[in-house]
Amino acid sequence: MEYFLQQMINGLTLGSIYGLIAIGYTMVYSILGMINFAHGTIYMLGAFISLIAYLAATTIGGAPVVVALMVALFATMAFTALWGWTMERVAYRPLRQAPRLAPLISAIGVSIVLQNFVAQAQGARVKPLPPVIQGGFTLMDGDGFSVNLSWMQIIVIVMTLALMAGFSWMIAHTRLGRAQRACEQDMKMASLLGIDIDRVVSTTFVIGAALAGVAGLMVTLYYGVIDFYIGFLAGIKAFTAAVLGGIGSLPGAMLGGLLIGLIEALWSAYFSIEYKDVATFGILIMVLVFRPTGLLGRPDVEKI
Amino acid sequence: MTRPLLAVEHVGMRFGGLFAVNDLSFEAGQGEITAVIGPNGAGKTTLFNCITGFYKPQVGRMTLSHPDGASFLLERLDDHVITRRARVARTFQNIRLFAKMSVLENLMVAQHKRLMAASLFSVAGLLGLGRYRNAERDAVELARHWLERVDLLDFADVEAGSLPYGHQRRLEIARAMCTGPLLLCLDEPAAGLNPRESAELNVLLRSIRDRDGIGLLLIEHDMSVVMEISDRVVVLDYGRKIAEGTPAQVKGDPAVIRAYLGEPDDAETGRPPC
Repeated sequence: MEYFLQQMINGLTLGSIYGLIAIGYTMVYSILGMINFAHGTIYMLGAFISLIAYLAATTIGGAPVVVALMVALFATMAFTALWGWTMERVAYRPLRQAPRLAPLISAIGVSIVLQNFVAQAQGARVKPLPPVIQGGFTLMDGDGFSVNLSWMQIIVIVMTLALMAGFSWMIAHTRLGRAQRACEQDMKMASLLGIDIDRVVSTTFVIGAALAGVAGLMVTLYYGVIDFYIGFLAGIKAFTAAVLGGIGSLPGAMLGGLLIGLIEALWSAYFSIEYKDVATFGILIMVLVFRPTGLLGRPDVEKI
Repeated sequence: MTRPLLAVEHVGMRFGGLFAVNDLSFEAGQGEITAVIGPNGAGKTTLFNCITGFYKPQVGRMTLSHPDGASFLLERLDDHVITRRARVARTFQNIRLFAKMSVLENLMVAQHKRLMAASLFSVAGLLGLGRYRNAERDAVELARHWLERVDLLDFADVEAGSLPYGHQRRLEIARAMCTGPLLLCLDEPAAGLNPRESAELNVLLRSIRDRDGIGLLLIEHDMSVVMEISDRVVVLDYGRKIAEGTPAQVKGDPAVIRAYLGEPDDAETGRPPC
């Protein structure tokens, strides 16, 4: 029982991170109808920028930990947002009218470029960061096994919930959100009503990238090791989360992220840790076969 | 003489070898309802698509002149610029509402640009400044005004997609009006309406012309609507203008009758029936 509870906590933490990345996939899909396969690498970029910003702030600036974390957070969000904007501008916008395969390929190209740039610029070896935030609670003390909830896990979960809540509120209640929902339903019509589509698309990329950047920051702090390749697997898993929840659906992305995190944690706990990715992607296949619209997605009904 | 609101000059739009619109010129005035009629495939919707920026015509010029003297060459502008700066709005033959948004939200989206400008592109909104809230209130006020005009006030919070057909038509007109147009293009607004709804539509369109003083450009098949409310009628056939004038003039024009009813039949031309 204690073991199960501990794995639930671990799974929720991991799932929060997937959920944050999944939001970017689902948002871009709902507006442009394309899967931004370079999204995972943005998360990797976020991880590196947060590491660099944090180290720079503490060692060069001599800032206290809290300040350094804030600096890292803002630097990460700013840089990943900028990258998201640039990527859309350079790699996707010129291909907006092209067949669907073209932006997909350019997305893969963008991610390869970024990955290799980071590998060259930062070195291909694993980068460690000593634990920044330590300690936590012991929730339960069973015989020989205690359930721990670390501060870091609390931070990850709370931060994710706050970002998701803020983001959902933005979509539901602000002008920007209204414009985004309008574009999602009928982009041409939105344009005819005077909405600048390009700006809405840019904003979508900027927000999605910033969220992925935060996920990168949290993973750096949580696991303490990053390398230039983490974006690939995390990206595909977040994509699985988005598909599981129903791609195009915002609550779906969050739910899917949490579920994937839980499945991974529980599978590693009770079955074999080596096969945890098999479990995750097995789910992707099952969802695509049996419920392509995902858990919360609504099927596209075509009127005839 | 002042410049007409919309002047279409020698516009041509070709798809492959087919001229959907061919050397078309006409004018639409402010405070007037100009109807564009013609048989199916005459190029009416293509013309609308050119005016509202969906298509870029290969030849010709379309000038929109505001009362304050500003003028815009529509064929050079992007569609959202046409709505926002040249102030042309349109509705569609097949209704294109945001079905999953509420009626009120549909009208708010139409005011997006003005709202964004008022709130410094959302920056002020994020800071919760008063200006943002004022702009939002004005926008709701305008939306309410139009809901009242189209008699949908009771449906403000209903999902647009669940409204009855006739209501959706009226909502689409209200939404177009919320963009603050000087020229409103209506693509078959009476299609699918019953006679009572159609009569209500006539009242609404007249009130838009008389109260708001803007120009209306109307594609319509329903001749009862066209004849009753139009000030001028332009008749197209195979992309060309074959007649223009008041409804009464057009009704009696032999070219129009020929386009709608065909050539005098075979017996008269002496060709054997096949």
